Amino acid sequence: MEKPSHRARLVKAPEHFVPQSLIAEINSDGLDENRRGFLRKGFMSALAGTSAGLAAPFAFASGEGDPAILEKQEWQTTLGKNVATMPYGIPSIYEANLIRRESPGLTRVSAASVAFTPLQGLFGTITPNGLHFERHHQGWYNLNPETHRLMVNGLVKNPRVFTMNDLMRLPSVSRTHFIECGANTGLEWGNVAVPTVQYTHGMLSCCEFTGVPLSVLLQECGADLKKGKFLLAEGGDGSGMTRTINLDSALNDTIVAWAMNGEMLRPENGFPLRLVVPGVQGVSWVKWLRRLEVGDMPWNSKDEAVHYIDLMPNGEHRQFTSVQECKSVITTPSGGQQLLDKGFYNVSGMAWSGRGKVKRVDVSFDGGNNWRTARLETPILTKSITRFNIDWVWDGSPAILQSRAVDDTGYIQPSIKTLRDVRGTRSIYHNNAIQSWKLDTNGEVSNVQVG
Amino acid sequence: MFKLAKLKTHLGLAALLLVHSHWSFAQSDSTKFSGIGRVATPAEVAAWDIDVRPDFKGLPKGSGSVEKGQVIWEAKCANCHGTFGESNEIFTPIAGGTSKEDIKNGRVASLNDMKQPQRTTLMKVSTVSTLWDYIYRAMPWNAPRSLSPDDTYALVAFILSLGEIVPDDFVLGNANIAGVKMPNRNGMTTKHGMWTVTGKPDVNGSKCMQNCVPFVQIGSTLPGFARDAHGNIADQNRTYGPYRGADTTKPPISALPSSSGLAIISAAQASPAAPKSPSSLFKSENCSACHALSSKLVGPSITEVAKKYEGQSGAQEKLMTKVKMGGAGVWGAIPMPAYAQLSDDDRKALVSWMLSGGK
Repeated sequence: MEKPSHRARLVKAPEHFVPQSLIAEINSDGLDENRRGFLRKGFMSALAGTSAGLAAPFAFASGEGDPAILEKQEWQTTLGKNVATMPYGIPSIYEANLIRRESPGLTRVSAASVAFTPLQGLFGTITPNGLHFERHHQGWYNLNPETHRLMVNGLVKNPRVFTMNDLMRLPSVSRTHFIECGANTGLEWGNVAVPTVQYTHGMLSCCEFTGVPLSVLLQECGADLKKGKFLLAEGGDGSGMTRTINLDSALNDTIVAWAMNGEMLRPENGFPLRLVVPGVQGVSWVKWLRRLEVGDMPWNSKDEAVHYIDLMPNGEHRQFTSVQECKSVITTPSGGQQLLDKGFYNVSGMAWSGRGKVKRVDVSFDGGNNWRTARLETPILTKSITRFNIDWVWDGSPAILQSRAVDDTGYIQPSIKTLRDVRGTRSIYHNNAIQSWKLDTNGEVSNVQVG
Repeated sequence: MFKLAKLKTHLGLAALLLVHSHWSFAQSDSTKFSGIGRVATPAEVAAWDIDVRPDFKGLPKGSGSVEKGQVIWEAKCANCHGTFGESNEIFTPIAGGTSKEDIKNGRVASLNDMKQPQRTTLMKVSTVSTLWDYIYRAMPWNAPRSLSPDDTYALVAFILSLGEIVPDDFVLGNANIAGVKMPNRNGMTTKHGMWTVTGKPDVNGSKCMQNCVPFVQIGSTLPGFARDAHGNIADQNRTYGPYRGADTTKPPISALPSSSGLAIISAAQASPAAPKSPSSLFKSENCSACHALSSKLVGPSITEVAKKYEGQSGAQEKLMTKVKMGGAGVWGAIPMPAYAQLSDDDRKALVSWMLSGGK
């Protein structure tokens, strides 16, 4: 056995100043005197290792190796918890930071507000049900599924009423689709406004939805699809949310859904029934769906005549802008994040298009001057999130990261400048511009706009 | 006991069958899925199908004056929207930013000249049916579907009068509503490619791969003072793994953590509020839907409540009962609903917090 010529220096990772479990405890239960004491101790012992404050990394007191390996851990030496201790499982205590959050000052009343999905911490393409973004117009409810009804009326031969018992007997489909609020990234039309991808892009989620195709239900009720070009979807909440659905493409893939990711819809997402309108902005995915009316003209409901209209530079509003055009964003690293070191990184993000499939994603590390094509993870589904990854070795110099998606119609995600040239800065809705994240030499990432 | 229960079930079933036989009078046999769903009765359709279209299909008969609208407005709407629909406290303003000239042209000039700080409802909405439909369907905010058609006509009339679209002595009804000229009636366009998935996009990006922008110019960044406007970002990211959150309670660090040895443990230094603090209860139990800390919403502000009961003996018990049983409308026309689901401890915590002015 040959002796190594020199032993690699073991550096204590900075995060080990304080045990992870303590951080998690403080995150979930707050600080108390006891924990404060532990914290101080952690700092003091850390500081003791250096003479000049925090100037130099320090080796372990013992040169033998990593205490995480050398010392026995609690979970190696004691009996663990029983099965079904958590009859409905929840994330690890170490994940407590990744929750839905409101954006301060965005709205005045939380019953008509938004809670954003923490995209900065998600992997793959599926949004966990507990993190699916929320947007309500008049609060949310736990509706009783026993008394929930769906009525179909208007230009139909048989106006009908269905219970959940009825609907869940019908032939169902399960399809994975993204849902994005029309106002996602809306705060950024004029300038940078919010710090992280949770607030810039967090009105975005992607789930496998299960339900009965809308076309099956309309056929069952004898809908007159010659005269009936439009559908009114109405929610059972206080706002009685009503949206006009253009039947043009809705007959192909719209679903009257009761499940997301294998379980019933969550109440915040419309339990027990919601409309799933692939590719179309979230407001049309009416929650707590109670009525569908076939008609021969759009309804001009409040949320299609006062809100969800896009103001153009000439003072005209575009009405019925429903399609969410091709868009992408890098989620790691992203705004507000802190890198610890130079070296290799897997840069990763999401891409989607309301018009079809994502065909390609290019990534730039120099603010859009040069681009490389990222790897797309399969399956690539229509009107669904596609995950992209790209290798990157960060040399420690300043960088600006961008991603640019192309869909199978040939549409290319535009820069914010290209978008503003046509639509100005007051549109609020449908900002699908390329997102820029600036990485500084100190490892901190921030939200910037270029050009 | 068992027999009785059984009998009840039979009775229930019989009653159900009886009702069912009523429903099947118009049952068409053209359905494909046997035994699924049933015909909707005319009364059921009438109960739910309340929408009003731009061509006024679905509009019920009735009428209401501006004067009556003002009375209802002040009792039920002004709390949120301001006496003249101008309030920006809770929702964006209803009235303002329109002119006689706009009413003539059907286009709102202030959408162009940027003089109006915020787009109001009357600046945007192109069809009067929208106002009628929404107010009838969803207003007031905390008591939707409580207005009669006549109330709704009166309220729409009042709102229109705020924008000088109708005179102050106007009576709006189903017979004359079609004559209302909205200031922005010509301000909408559907000429764009985003109504259907097959529409033609109005912008398209660039395919360029090399030397696309030799001079990258940063046009916008988050100002320093807003660094922690969204809280501490360190607490919104994992505390392990390659991508931590920056500690935004402090200025940016001067160098990479790995080379400076700086610990990233801001998550532990931050002190999130205990999960059941009165202020978080106030939010989670939906008190904040009607009450704010210092401004009047549907109900009085916390500051107002604290002031009213300052130094009164028995205030704690009195208000705890009120929270549990509901109020009678001491502060205005809208009574407070009962919150019986709150635990005694939570009610106590909430009420003492309120009486201390939310401190």
